[in-house]
Amino acid sequence: MLANIKIVYHQGKQFIPDVTKAKVPGIFSGRPVISSEKVNETALVDLCPLDAISAGPVRIDLGKCTFCGECARQFPEKITFTTDYKIATNERDRLIIKAGDDKPVEVNPEKVRDEIHRVFGRSLKLRQVCAGGDNSCEMELNAANNVQFDMSRFGIDFVASPRHADGIVITGPITVNMAEALQICYDAIPDPKIIVLVGTDAISGGIHAGSTALDRSFLAKYPVDLYIPGNPAHPLSIINGLLDLTRKLKSPK
Amino acid sequence: MNYIAIENNQTIPVVAIPEVSYNEFFVLNTELLANSPERHCVTYFGYPVGNEIKLVCCIADDSAHKIFVSSSRVKPSASLDSFTAVNFCFEKFEREIHENFGIGYKDHPWLKPVRYSQSRADHSKTLANYPFFAIESDELHEVGVGPIHAGVIEPGHFRFICNGEQILHLEIQLGYQHRGIEKQFIEKKKLLQRATLAESIAGDTVVGHTVAFSQVWESLCGIGVSHDIGYARTIALELERMAVHTGDLSAICTDVAYQLGSSVYGRLRTPLINFMQEWGGNRLSKGLIRPGRNQFPFTHELANRLVQVFDAFEPDFLEMNRQLKQLPSALSRFERTGVVSYDDVLSIGTVGMAARMSGLSRDIRMSHPYTLYAGLNHEPVIKHHGDVYSRVQIRMQEVSQSIYYLREIVKNVPEIPENTPSIGSPKPNAFALSLVEGWRGEICHCAVTDDKGELIIYKVKDPSFHNWLALALAVRNNEISDFPVCNKSFNLSYAGHDL
Ligand code: SF4
Repeated sequence: MLANIKIVYHQGKQFIPDVTKAKVPGIFSGRPVISSEKVNETALVDLCPLDAISAGPVRIDLGKCTFCGECARQFPEKITFTTDYKIATNERDRLIIKAGDDKPVEVNPEKVRDEIHRVFGRSLKLRQVCAGGDNSCEMELNAANNVQFDMSRFGIDFVASPRHADGIVITGPITVNMAEALQICYDAIPDPKIIVLVGTDAISGGIHAGSTALDRSFLAKYPVDLYIPGNPAHPLSIINGLLDLTRKLKSPK
Repeated sequence: MNYIAIENNQTIPVVAIPEVSYNEFFVLNTELLANSPERHCVTYFGYPVGNEIKLVCCIADDSAHKIFVSSSRVKPSASLDSFTAVNFCFEKFEREIHENFGIGYKDHPWLKPVRYSQSRADHSKTLANYPFFAIESDELHEVGVGPIHAGVIEPGHFRFICNGEQILHLEIQLGYQHRGIEKQFIEKKKLLQRATLAESIAGDTVVGHTVAFSQVWESLCGIGVSHDIGYARTIALELERMAVHTGDLSAICTDVAYQLGSSVYGRLRTPLINFMQEWGGNRLSKGLIRPGRNQFPFTHELANRLVQVFDAFEPDFLEMNRQLKQLPSALSRFERTGVVSYDDVLSIGTVGMAARMSGLSRDIRMSHPYTLYAGLNHEPVIKHHGDVYSRVQIRMQEVSQSIYYLREIVKNVPEIPENTPSIGSPKPNAFALSLVEGWRGEICHCAVTDDKGELIIYKVKDPSFHNWLALALAVRNNEISDFPVCNKSFNLSYAGHDL
């Protein structure tokens, strides 16, 4: 017993008191900022392994980007990555960062369905489905609930049964071989329900986009409520994204 | 000679690999393994050449530090004698060859699908009609789990045949994670795309797979890399091992309902992966390793930081280990649970931790060293009981061993050369192979180029490819309630298997 208490004491205080303001240590590739500097745009577009960059004006699609940093390394005067991990939104277009943009990526509260605030504002139970994910986003989703990030303090938890869930969190590019299981799981969740895509692979297929082993038709059928980019998504991006979706109030009409 | 002996990370002309008749190929490779626990098959695959399939078999010899490569050409319509009938460790490889090309095997014990690749020969075989082993009996019942599991983990299907609470048989059906990685390696032409593919093979083995890819690529291009590159890779490999082992100890505690261990090991993993972020900007080391260059040099400041991280980590880790090792309620769940015997691991050809847990010494860091490992005189951590507790102890001791190595290594931070030679392009008609000891065990990447130096085949083997069968054997005669802790003690990769 005493040994256990000693162990607990030795851990000190681990939890992050305010996950909306925490700083990430060291270098971290979060939201990029693109300057108005003139560069060889063709070369810039060409170097990106994910086809995430487009020209005229230069834009980066965070739904495709793996945050590998190659563009910033080759064109440091044009592209820099900030440590801002708040990059989740409910509108696909908002993931596209244009030259000159330097504001947080946020959920657009006007586009959030009413029932999301009403029903899930204080408690959100999620069923995660890995559909070809490489286990990196899955590990970060688990980390979001460890003693440091402690997402369940906000009433957000992962549950085993889709029957107990309020929504589905999809990781991975959605393989042909997982498409049916994903559909069955989604159908088993009672209405109203939300869809959250976590990680570049889920949002755009990532590096696997175009592979014949994918079947992304599921996403054409339903509206997506939240996109959380990252490769993998950082626990702070995940928690802040979910809070932004469920807690941010609409402007009074 | 009917085979060629190469070293780890060596490139040879494809024509240098002797091509022999299938009969000779069969006798050669099965005899190489006979009564030789120091030898094991690191990869065995086929690829189309004209209207035939060229089979290439690579047997590593851990004492000679060589890899014996041989080949044979057969027709896709062939019906062959299977290696598996002689040595069970070829089981998965032959199933894969059968699945991809339709080649038949007369005496393979179970020629079942492996991963339902989109380019498989027979599309009438689907996930829905997998031929599960079944036993007719009123006494027994079946339990099906997955592909979606209770926790936030990857998908796979487990089919148990149980006698009451006791597992008689477990069959593991995989393939749900198949993304067509090997095909994409050929289709995606940019080097950075291929490096990104390598780091998405298994998100818990990012460093292991990117180092293997980088070594294959550098070897194909004929460039040597400067000392600082191998130095950074060694540090990253050991930190990845430490982070996963620590995280898995947490998960193992969770599965025996030991909350304190689960929380403490879970939080101890964080400073390790946060250090990876301080170093390369990503907690799971994505973007850290690239062929031919040192993306994120390991500096003196990082060396000092790492020592601080270890100074804080080590006492808490050791304290938790001591507590766990004397906790009767945990030990009773670990000891004699999920046992795989030496004979069984040898027969099915497991690698890495899943071999060392049962007294079979397999560790590429020692047997086919790369980067800094030759200078470390690495001695593998070996256990003998093959149970959950052996796997727990290996993880604890390997973490301490990694700290010991890294404390030594960071005393000598190398200078970064001013110019990095450009990497160039792969040699034409070449064959290259790289072995890396990831935290799970031996990773093998293998490439063949055509007469223009373009990739025509890229083969990836994650250690899980060998080790899944060990999990199926481990749970036999155990209570089904012990399945989670058995599973977590191995923590095998679905994505790395399914590719
Ligand atoms: S950081 Fe993103 S945009 Fe830049 S090169 Fe990498 S994937 Fe492309």
